[in-house]
Amino acid sequence: MNVADLIDLLLQHSPALIVAIPLLGAFITPLISRLNDKVRNVFVILTLGLTASLVFLLASDVFSGNIHTYIFGSQDLALPVVRILFEVDAMSAFMVIISVILSLIAVIYSWSFMKENTGLDKYYTLILLMTAGMLGMELTGDLFNFFVFLEITSISSAALVAFWTNKAKSVEAGFKYIVISTIGALFILFSIALFYGQYNALNMAMIASAIQYTFLDKIALVLLIAALAMKAGVVPMHMWLPDAYGKAPSSITFILVGATQASLYGVFRVCFTIYGGAINLSSISVGWILVIMGIITMLLGVAMAIIQTDFKRLIAFGAVAEIGYMLLGIGTGLVVMLNPEMTATGLAAMKGGIFHIMNDALDVGLLFLVAGAIYYATKETSLNKLGGLARNMKYTTVFFIIGLLAVSGMPPMNGFASKLLIYESTYHLNPILSIFAILSSIMLLAVFVKVFHSAFLGPALPKFENVKEVPKSMLIAMGAIATIIIIFGLFPELIVNNIVEPAANALINYGDYIREVIPSFTGGA
Amino acid sequence: MIFNIPFIAVAALILIGLYAVIFKRNLIKMVIGITLIESGVNLFLITLGYREGSIAPIYTSSPGGIMALPVPQALTLTSIVIGVAVLALMLSLVIHIYRHYGTLDARKIGGPEE
Repeated sequence: MNVADLIDLLLQHSPALIVAIPLLGAFITPLISRLNDKVRNVFVILTLGLTASLVFLLASDVFSGNIHTYIFGSQDLALPVVRILFEVDAMSAFMVIISVILSLIAVIYSWSFMKENTGLDKYYTLILLMTAGMLGMELTGDLFNFFVFLEITSISSAALVAFWTNKAKSVEAGFKYIVISTIGALFILFSIALFYGQYNALNMAMIASAIQYTFLDKIALVLLIAALAMKAGVVPMHMWLPDAYGKAPSSITFILVGATQASLYGVFRVCFTIYGGAINLSSISVGWILVIMGIITMLLGVAMAIIQTDFKRLIAFGAVAEIGYMLLGIGTGLVVMLNPEMTATGLAAMKGGIFHIMNDALDVGLLFLVAGAIYYATKETSLNKLGGLARNMKYTTVFFIIGLLAVSGMPPMNGFASKLLIYESTYHLNPILSIFAILSSIMLLAVFVKVFHSAFLGPALPKFENVKEVPKSMLIAMGAIATIIIIFGLFPELIVNNIVEPAANALINYGDYIREVIPSFTGGA
Repeated sequence: MIFNIPFIAVAALILIGLYAVIFKRNLIKMVIGITLIESGVNLFLITLGYREGSIAPIYTSSPGGIMALPVPQALTLTSIVIGVAVLALMLSLVIHIYRHYGTLDARKIGGPEE
C-alpha cells in the first residue's frame, strides 16, 4: 500500500478516528501515568497532535467542497433507524479546527501550569474526554448522538471546573455548572423525543427533510434553543459562566471557551439545518430573537465586566459579551436568509459571526492564559492587589497587549476584521444594531485598558519583587496564540475566503447537508 | 382517557423536578429534583415506543403480534447510564461543598470572595 492510498483511507475514516483517538487516549492515560509524568504529558500532547493532524486532513478536503458522511452500523441507506451518521460539512469542520487547536494549546500550557498539582492523571484523562465530547458534538449528524456527546462534555468539564477541590469556590462553580448543563441536556433529550415521536427519526437530515413546523416542533425549537443558549452562556442564562470560567484552572477555562462554542454551534445547527426553511414560516422571526439576545448579551457582558475586581471573572464577562457578537452576526444572517434582496448582507453577517467564533476563542483564550500566567507567578487574582508586573514579566505583558487589542476589535488584530464585517452588515439591517455593537466594543477596550493599567503598570510593589517570567511551556502556548492572532489580523482575507465563507455557505445552503443523506430532498438553496 | 396517564405522569414528574430545583434550598433536594426530571424524560421516551398489548421486541423468538419499538428503549438505557454518571458527580461535589461550608443550605453557601 503506498502513501496516497493510506492518506485516502485515513481521510475516509477520519470522522470516526477524530473522536476515537482522544477517547481511547483518555483511558490509556491513567495507565501511562504510572510510568512517568513526563511520558504521560508527551503522550497526551501526541494524542491531541495526531487528532489535530487528522482534523486538518479532513478539513482541507471538506473546505474544497465535499461533505463527508461516515456511517456506523448498517450501510443500507434505506434503513434509517439502525445506524448513526457522522456528517461533516464546512461548518462542522470549522468548529472542529477551533476545538482541537484550543485543546492542544491548553495541554501544552498545562505542562508547567499544573506541574505542582497532584491527581494530574485524572486531569489529563478528563481533558481528553472533554475534547472527544466537543469534537463529537461538532461532527455528529444524529441528534441523540449529539445529546450523548454533550453530556460527555458537560460531565468532564464540570469535574475539571471543580478540579481544585481544596477551594470552596471552585467546587461551588463546578456544582452550578453540572446542574445547569444537566437540566439543559435533559430538555434537549425531551425535544429529541418530540422529534422522534413525530418523524420516527433521530438523524438531523432526516428530521430536517420531514419537518412540518407543527405546534410540537415549535415547543421543541424553544426547548433546544433555550437549553443550548444556556450552555453557551447567553444572557439571561449566563450566571454560571463567570463562576465556571473564573474559578477553573486557566488551562481549563481555555478549553471551556471551546465547549461553550460547541453548544453555540448546536444553536446554529438547529436553527439553520433542522428548521431550515420552516423557521421563516412563523410570524415571530427566530432570527430577530437571536439578534436581540445577542445585543442584550454584549451590553450586559461589558457592563458587568466594568465593575469586576477579579482578573479572571472580568475576562469571563468579556467572554459573555463576545458571545453576543456571534449571535448578532449569525442572527442577522437568519433574519435575511430567505430574503433574496439581502443575500449579500446575510452572507457578510454570517461571515462576520462565524469568523468571530474563531477570533473569540483565540482572543479571550489568550487573555485567560495571561491571567493564568499572572496567577502562576504571583498567586494573586484580585486586580486591587496587583501592580507593576510589566517590570518582571515582559513577554506576558506583550501577550496581554495583543489580547487586549484583539478582543476589543482594534486593528491590526483579528478581532477587528470580524467585528468590521458584523458592523457593516448589521448596519444594513438596522443602524441601531451596529451602534450597540460598536459601543460595547469601545466599552470592552475601556475595561481592558483599566485592567492593563492596574495589573501591569504603576510602581513596583515590594511583594512582587521576586516575581519571575513564567516557564517556557506557558510562553510557547501564549506565543502560538498571539502569532495566530496577528497573522489572522494581517491577512483576514486568507481565512475569510478559504474557511469562513464555505462555513457560512454551509449554513445558508442547508439543502446540501440534507441531500447528502436524503438525495430526493428538493428544498433549500 | 386511561392511555394518557403516562403522559400526565411525565408532565407531573418534570414539573415537580423543576419545582424542587428552583425553589428548594437544600442541595440534595436539588439533586433529587434533577433525577425526577430525568425520570420524567425517560418515561416519555418509553411511552412513545409502547403500544397497548405489544410484546418485547425480540425478532427471532416472536410469537407474532405487535412489538414495542426498541429504539426508544435503547435511548432510555443510554440516558439512564449518563444519568448515573451525572448523579455520582453531583453528589461527590455536594460532599465537597459540605466539607467546605459545613452546610447544604444554598443560601449560606457562597458569600464574599475568599
